[in-house]
Amino acid sequence: MREVAVVSSAIHQVEALTFTTDVQLMVPLINEARDAVGLTQADIGFTCSGSSDFLAGQGFSFVQTLDAVGAFPPIAESHVEMDGAFALYEAWVKLQIGEVDTALVYSYGKSSPGSRRDVLAVQLDPYTVAPLWPDAHSVAALQARLLLESSAVTVEELAAIAVRSQRNAVGNPNALRASADVTVDDVLAGAVVADPLRATDLSAEADGGCAVVLAAGDRARSLCERPAWIRGIDHRIDAHGLGVRDLTLAPSAALAAGKAAERAGFAADAVDVAELHAASTAQAHVLAVAMGLGGTGSGNEVRIDPSGGSLAADTLMAAGLVRIAEAARCVSRGDADRALAHASSGPCLQQNLVCLLGGE
Amino acid sequence: MVGSVDPAPLRADMVIEYPFTRTTGSVLGAFMTGLRDGKIVGSRRADGRVFVPTAEVDPETGDAITDIVEVSSAGVVETWTWVDPPRPGSPWKAPHGLALIRLDGADTPMLHGVLVDSVAEMSTGMRVEAIWRDERVGHITDLVGFAPEGADANVGLAPRENASAEGGAVAEEPVRSIRTPIRLEYDFIPSAAAQEYLRAYADKRILGNRSPVDGAVFVPPRGVDPRHGVEATEMVDLAHTGHVGNFCVTHLPIPGRNDLPTPYASAWIHLDGADIGFLGLVSGCDLDEVRIGMRVRAVWKSDDELEATAENVRYWEPTGEPDVPVEQAGNQAWSAKGFPNA
Repeated sequence: MREVAVVSSAIHQVEALTFTTDVQLMVPLINEARDAVGLTQADIGFTCSGSSDFLAGQGFSFVQTLDAVGAFPPIAESHVEMDGAFALYEAWVKLQIGEVDTALVYSYGKSSPGSRRDVLAVQLDPYTVAPLWPDAHSVAALQARLLLESSAVTVEELAAIAVRSQRNAVGNPNALRASADVTVDDVLAGAVVADPLRATDLSAEADGGCAVVLAAGDRARSLCERPAWIRGIDHRIDAHGLGVRDLTLAPSAALAAGKAAERAGFAADAVDVAELHAASTAQAHVLAVAMGLGGTGSGNEVRIDPSGGSLAADTLMAAGLVRIAEAARCVSRGDADRALAHASSGPCLQQNLVCLLGGE
Repeated sequence: MVGSVDPAPLRADMVIEYPFTRTTGSVLGAFMTGLRDGKIVGSRRADGRVFVPTAEVDPETGDAITDIVEVSSAGVVETWTWVDPPRPGSPWKAPHGLALIRLDGADTPMLHGVLVDSVAEMSTGMRVEAIWRDERVGHITDLVGFAPEGADANVGLAPRENASAEGGAVAEEPVRSIRTPIRLEYDFIPSAAAQEYLRAYADKRILGNRSPVDGAVFVPPRGVDPRHGVEATEMVDLAHTGHVGNFCVTHLPIPGRNDLPTPYASAWIHLDGADIGFLGLVSGCDLDEVRIGMRVRAVWKSDDELEATAENVRYWEPTGEPDVPVEQAGNQAWSAKGFPNA
């Protein structure tokens, strides 16, 4: 395999981008990521983005957002109607082919103009489920109750996950929910909003975006003091229907982690940090178990969600790419030698991507 | 600006609708036909497991499943939550339970509402039975929901405007398609640059954005120069005259524009001082006179009709000046300014 690394990134997440268009959001982020490694668009071999027309309320909205790239003269470009982490996967494949040495990946989501929890209902089975409009909070609650009542986790353990996220998020300018002194008791005192989940169990809805520059081999070494090498990356999918799979498990996350580990030469739990893309504390628990991050395998203690994770700020279509950016920053800063970044798509962790990163 | 009060932002309710009619195929069609006939069916795979609703394909093996079997319309709540207030698009008007319910005879649970008065009446493992509408068409909402066995369910329902099935009107015919309209509402707030642009129209001004890279002027202002991917914050007032860069004569009416007789001419209007064109209507002359390079000027609504909208310019009419030569008409920004090879 060709060596490919994350060499720079830019992130912006806020509660609502009221007067900012997707283009105006992405112009500074794309420039920040390119400028950090001294590249202009002319130096970028391939550009790939992720976004959703259902959030923009407009078909083919990504075409407009190309204005932020400076796509003239014409560039080599692609788009996925998915989280930007999956756009990064496509860019990684493109770099493996070997025709280009650099890639720009970006994604963004501005869900605040609509009712996000209801918009997400349209990703469910359109015949027998979506016409009932089960909103995203309710669907997350169905999954969480199965988990709690199967004794896989306790309410207190879910609260501890919320506390971990909020405490880790302190100092992260892109986190919406952060607190240095929040306790499990504080969290448990919160009202149940989607029985059995509290507001703090649900990820903090954000508007925002993320841009990442990838580079291969010596090009990466020349651009960046300590590239975050993608040692293994894989994504897998489970069945779509909520009733046909065990929602307390994430087999596709386990499989993706295993496949990424084969390529990386180290196990998913042999990392220093892991950034998880979860819509609820219950999902964070399911993921940690599926990928063996509980410390039971190798006995290695993995720091989960050092940025606060997606629970602290969850930008639809970008939260997964933000996980990769945050994990890569841990490696590039020297805070971690190895890092895991996870991204998810679809209802109840249907699809999962695992990216294993490492320093030189 | 010091001393100025920010006006309330311009905003608009935007609605996106996907009025889909979906073909069911035979397997999902069997489920829908069952609902119309007041029974619930599943599909049974080779090892005997029964999927409800009917699955066309075994999610584990990929094998087609065609064996249709009836299951009970009563079963057990496997997991649940409480929805209060009810969601805007849902069939329910009152708070309700939402549950994965495994019917007797089924191996997979199905999602539906549970009709009880309070969350205190919800529990995992509770037995529930289907409550049916009297008028059934072959749609998931033929089920009002599920209620505790033997209980008298009484939960308000939203009117079912769009749910209907085709091919199901005749009781002997299987359901072949269903309507599943999707309606999403957005509170659309234009960007800061667009807000300024629209407000300027109320003062009979047309604003553009000047590129910080080469001074090219873009109208409407988007706050960026899309060629270079850089912010463009400088606003400039533009002339109300320009030329036709390109045009089209249309013989179909625009929905909602009854004031516009057909045929009409829409054109890319290139304002004097702007480097790209924007869309406008050309009128005040015979349509066969409209041509590339024709000089035009804005015809505004009367001053007492002016609002923060580009519709203040009713149309563009010929000035009678000599044409711009065809080879000089149209976009300048993409060819003349810094991209010699483009």
